Amino acid sequence: MAVVLPVQATLYIEISGAGEHQIPISIVPFDGEDKLSQKISEVIANDLKRSGLFRLVDPAGKSPHELRDVNYGDWAKVDALTIGSVVVLPDGRVEVKFRLLDTHKQSTLLGQSVVAKGDQVRAIAHRIADMIYEKFTGNVGVFSTRIAYVNRDGKVNRLVVADSDGYGEQSVLTLTEPIMSPSWSPDGSHLAYVTFEQGRAVIYVQSLVTRQRFVLAAFPGSNSAPAWSPDGKQLAIVLTRDGTSSIYLVRPDGSGLKRISFSDAIDTEPSFSPDGRFLLFSSDRGASVQVYRMPVDGGYAERMTFEGNNNFSPRYSPDGNSFVFMHSTRGQFYIATQDFKTKQVQVLTDVGWEKKPSFAPNGKLILFATESLGRGILATVSSDGRVKQKMIPQQGDIREPMWGPFLK
Amino acid sequence: MKKITMSVLLISLLAACATDKPVEVASAPVAPVAAPAPVAQVAQAAAPVVTDALDDANSILAKRSAFFDFDKSVVKAEDKPMVQAHGKYLAENTARKVAVEGNTDERGSSEYNLALGNRRAESVKKMLVVSGAKAGQIAIVSFGEEKPKASGHNEAAWSQNRRADISYK
Repeated sequence: MAVVLPVQATLYIEISGAGEHQIPISIVPFDGEDKLSQKISEVIANDLKRSGLFRLVDPAGKSPHELRDVNYGDWAKVDALTIGSVVVLPDGRVEVKFRLLDTHKQSTLLGQSVVAKGDQVRAIAHRIADMIYEKFTGNVGVFSTRIAYVNRDGKVNRLVVADSDGYGEQSVLTLTEPIMSPSWSPDGSHLAYVTFEQGRAVIYVQSLVTRQRFVLAAFPGSNSAPAWSPDGKQLAIVLTRDGTSSIYLVRPDGSGLKRISFSDAIDTEPSFSPDGRFLLFSSDRGASVQVYRMPVDGGYAERMTFEGNNNFSPRYSPDGNSFVFMHSTRGQFYIATQDFKTKQVQVLTDVGWEKKPSFAPNGKLILFATESLGRGILATVSSDGRVKQKMIPQQGDIREPMWGPFLK
Repeated sequence: MKKITMSVLLISLLAACATDKPVEVASAPVAPVAAPAPVAQVAQAAAPVVTDALDDANSILAKRSAFFDFDKSVVKAEDKPMVQAHGKYLAENTARKVAVEGNTDERGSSEYNLALGNRRAESVKKMLVVSGAKAGQIAIVSFGEEKPKASGHNEAAWSQNRRADISYK
C-alpha cells in the first residue's frame, strides 16, 4: 500500500494491489522542477503507480538529466528510465523536455519537448505519463482524461470536474438542492445532469467551455438518467410523464422526443453501446431489478443478468465486449463486469458498498463511489480486479462519479 | 387597590375554568378579564376555535407519512386508515391540494431509487383517489434517496427514509 500526500492536499490517495507483470521503472527528478508548484517527476510517478502496471524504483540519488549523463550500468535493475528538464521561459510559459530510455537495449524509446502555459504543469506530466503507459502496454493512457462527480457537503451540492487522479477540482455548479447523474458528451465539451432546483428532478445540459446551461427536459414528474449516444446526436433519458419511469430519446437541443420503452415496470439507467445500436438499462419488469438490452430503435428487451438478487447501473465497456454494473447480493453492493459472449461475471470489489461504476475510456480502469469511515469517496479498480485505489476528499461526500471521454 | 381586585378576579375565574374545561383556558384568557362573565359563556365563545381537522393534533390527519418495506411501494395496512382519512378530507375540502413526496433509503442505485420514490408517491395518490380525492388535487414528486430524513447507514435510518409524505399546499 502506498500513500501519496501532495503539498496542496485536496485529496488523500491510497493504492493497493499490483498488476501481474509490473514494469520496473525509475523516474529521475527533472532538472529545474523545484522552481514549479508541482514536481513533474512526482506526478508522472504517481500516475504510473496508480495504473498498477509499473513498479517505481527509487533513483537512489543518481540524477542524470541529459542523455550524455546516463551511465546504463547504474540502471540494471529497471527496464526503463525517464529523465528530463524544465525551463521557465521569460513569458512565464514552461518548456519541458523528457526522454524515456530502454536500459537494456540502451536506446531512446521516446523523446519530446513540450511548451505550455505555467499553470499546465500537471497536464504536461499527465501527457508524459500517458506516452510512457502507451509505449509499454500498447493501450492509450487515461491520465489526461477527466472525471465528473457530485460533492455533497451538508446542504451544499457541487457538480465537480477534476483530473482523473482527482486533482484540479473545478466546480461546474453549486446548489443547495441535490444534483444527480452527470453524463459526459462524447467530445467532453458538455455535461448533462439532473438537479432538484425546480422542486423535482429536471435534466440540464451545460457547456464546460462557456459554462452556459439550459433545460433539456422538464416534463411533469421526474426527468432523469441522461446518457449521450456515441455520435452525440441524441440522449437517452428517463421520464415519468406517461406513468412509470420509461426510456425516451431526445436531441441535445430538447427536440424530437420519442418514447422507446413501454413496460409498466421501472426502466431506467440507459447506456448506449459504443456502436450506438443498443441500450443497456435496469428494469424491475421481472421479479427483481436486472440489466436488460434492447435495440435503440425499440423492440425486444433481452435480460442480461441472472446472478445475485438485483443488478443495477449498467455501462458498456469502450470495446463493447462487456459491461460493468452494480451487483447486489444479500443486501451488499459490489462492482462487477459481465462478458457478452461468455456471460461470465467477475466481481471486482469486496467491501459491499460500491456504487455507480463507469469505465475509463481505455477500458482498463473502472471508477465508482464507495465509503470510507462514513464518508462518500471515489475509488477505482483495474478491470482485472488486481489494483484498487481510493481517493478521499478533504471535505464532503462524493457521489455519482462518471469517467469522461478521451479529449480530441 | 384596583389592581388587586383584578388579580383576585382573574384567579377566581381561572380556578372556575380549571374545574370545568381546562383545555380552553389558554385559548381565551383575555376575554374574561375585560368583561367578567359566567363560566358557561367563556366555554361557548371558545368552541369555534377548532374549525379544521387538519389543525387538530389529535386527529389521524396529523399523521402525514406512510412507511414502506424495502423495495416495496404498497401502502402498509397500518398506514391505510391515515391515507384514507386524507383522501376523505380532500374529498370534503375540494379547494385543498397536496403533493405526495416519495422517498427511498440509500440502497440500490440513485436512479432506480428516484423511480421507486415515484412509484411510492403514485401508490399513495391512488389510495387518496380511491378514498374520494380528485386526481387534480394531488401532485406527486420523487426525491429518491436524495433527501434522507435520517442520516445513518442502518435499518433504523433506512426505515425512516422509505417514506411518502402527504404535504398540504
